[in-house]
Amino acid sequence: MKLSSMGYSLRDAFRSLWRNKFMTIASVATVAISMVILGAAWILVLNTEYLASTMESELEINVYLEKELTRDAALEIKDKIQKVSGVEEAVFIAKEEGLEDMEERFGEESDLLQSLGGVNPLPDVYRIKALDGDLVPQIASELAALEGIETVRYGQGFVEKLLSLTDWLRTVGLGVIFAVGLAAIFLIATTIRLTVFARRREVTIMKLVGATNWYIRWPFFLEGMIIGFAGAFLAVMSIYFIYGQLVQNISVMVSFVPIMTDQGVLYNIYKNLLLMGTAIGALGSAVSLHRFLKV
Amino acid sequence: MYRGDLIIMIKMVNVSKVYQGEVKVRALSHINLHIDRGEFVFIVGPSGAGKSTLTRLIIREELPTSGQIIVGGKSLPRLKEKEVPLLRRKIGFIFQDFRLLMERTVYENVAFAMEAIEIPRSTVRERVPAVLEMVGLKDKMSMYPHELSGGQQQRVCIARAVVNDPLIIIADEPTGNLDPDNSWDIMRILAAINKRGTTIITATHDREMVDKMKRRVIALSDGEIVRDEERGTYRNEA
Ligand SMILES: Nc1ncnc2c1ncn2[C@@H]1O[C@H](COP(=O)(O)OP(=O)(O)OP(=O)(O)O)[C@@H](O)[C@H]1O
Ligand SMILES: [Mg+2]
Repeated sequence: MKLSSMGYSLRDAFRSLWRNKFMTIASVATVAISMVILGAAWILVLNTEYLASTMESELEINVYLEKELTRDAALEIKDKIQKVSGVEEAVFIAKEEGLEDMEERFGEESDLLQSLGGVNPLPDVYRIKALDGDLVPQIASELAALEGIETVRYGQGFVEKLLSLTDWLRTVGLGVIFAVGLAAIFLIATTIRLTVFARRREVTIMKLVGATNWYIRWPFFLEGMIIGFAGAFLAVMSIYFIYGQLVQNISVMVSFVPIMTDQGVLYNIYKNLLLMGTAIGALGSAVSLHRFLKV
Repeated sequence: MYRGDLIIMIKMVNVSKVYQGEVKVRALSHINLHIDRGEFVFIVGPSGAGKSTLTRLIIREELPTSGQIIVGGKSLPRLKEKEVPLLRRKIGFIFQDFRLLMERTVYENVAFAMEAIEIPRSTVRERVPAVLEMVGLKDKMSMYPHELSGGQQQRVCIARAVVNDPLIIIADEPTGNLDPDNSWDIMRILAAINKRGTTIITATHDREMVDKMKRRVIALSDGEIVRDEERGTYRNEA
């Protein structure tokens, strides 16, 4: 196969695609749909992971001290807390402050302390920031072991749930992608089989005049790859526009929801979708050529 | 006299071909022959004698059941799959049913054979019109096969067979579908190609043609060579 005869192969590939327009359109659409699903699932997973890591980094640990502790003893604990590895900062919130906070939340009029019979039921609290969200569970368990500490609380379970949701999404996504991808390969294989059939006279003559097997196969391979690439390209365009709109709307309407907008990551996804679409096309051709073009 | 490989174009030694179907058909049995470079050979014989089988063996569409075939110095039974295309580039074919591509123009049909062996487009553009001129179809270049007469279609087929400058041209009943005038045109073209050194092998039923051309005749019957004469005739005159 000479590089210079690639022009012939390309021309023949496009000619076949045009001759089987309806099959071409159907298989391009199937590839596009499967690539949209793949891309959407991918971006969804990335966003959930992004959300999880954002939440993790904002995660605080609340350390409730024993109520019997004197104020001095309570303040002394700060040193011990800060020695626990992974702790970035520890802020002391005295029980009086805590009560004030609570009063503010219930409304200025109410006198909470009085209605509680003059006894502040709240403990002193340390609010702790971790250097890294991942360290939170470990820091929490180390803190719980310290003396003078009643309980340690953080968004237990929430981050874990979010991450397991990501895992679940990934598995289901993979399953769906596998099924739709298979359908795309099958449809491309059918399309190529039809074109091989439509061109069987040409193939016979090519063989008789001494065309190499690769020269005969190339146009069919190209056809599959063009279908795959075109489908993936449509999918990338759709995702590009829809996600762009989505990002804009979300950041305006629900600005507190973090959404992944890293262009580098997105372009990487687009690039991979195009590669995968083309690969699916080549695979579909290969399936067909293997069975129907024993040259 | 020494007959080296450069002179012997086709050599068959004890070649047999048996088709294994529900009934075994012995299409060719114990064929021995030499065809030299530049010869013009008719293969004649009744229907079912094995003429087409013989041509199919030479282009290696099929392998012999036993025996040795050497074409252009290469042993066909030993030829590797990858070498088959190269062998076929040395051979041009002409068929009774033309086998043209109906949705392509005359020019494209001939160019097709050059593209298939990856000749650059610039060469194709020069060579195709020249060959079409030789077969007298230069003004029909952009017509489609169905717009041509049978004789014209066969001339396209010849143009396609010679366009890659083969050493051998094999024609299986090239005039089988043509009237006498058209048949003569075809034969004249083949004779002209032969004059330039191309070996020509023609399987035919056309008795008048064979008798007038006075070329070598190999007669087959029931898969065996029953006669092989220089300047022969369709039937044995003896
Ligand atoms: N592919 C095949 N499978 C089985 N038998 C075959 C096959 N091709 C040819 N034959 C048989 O081999 C014998 C020779 O056939 P071939 O086509 O070579 O004859 P032919 O001389 O070309 O006849 P015709 O003049 O009718 O074209 C016949 O008996 C035919 O039935
Ligand atoms: Mg025949």
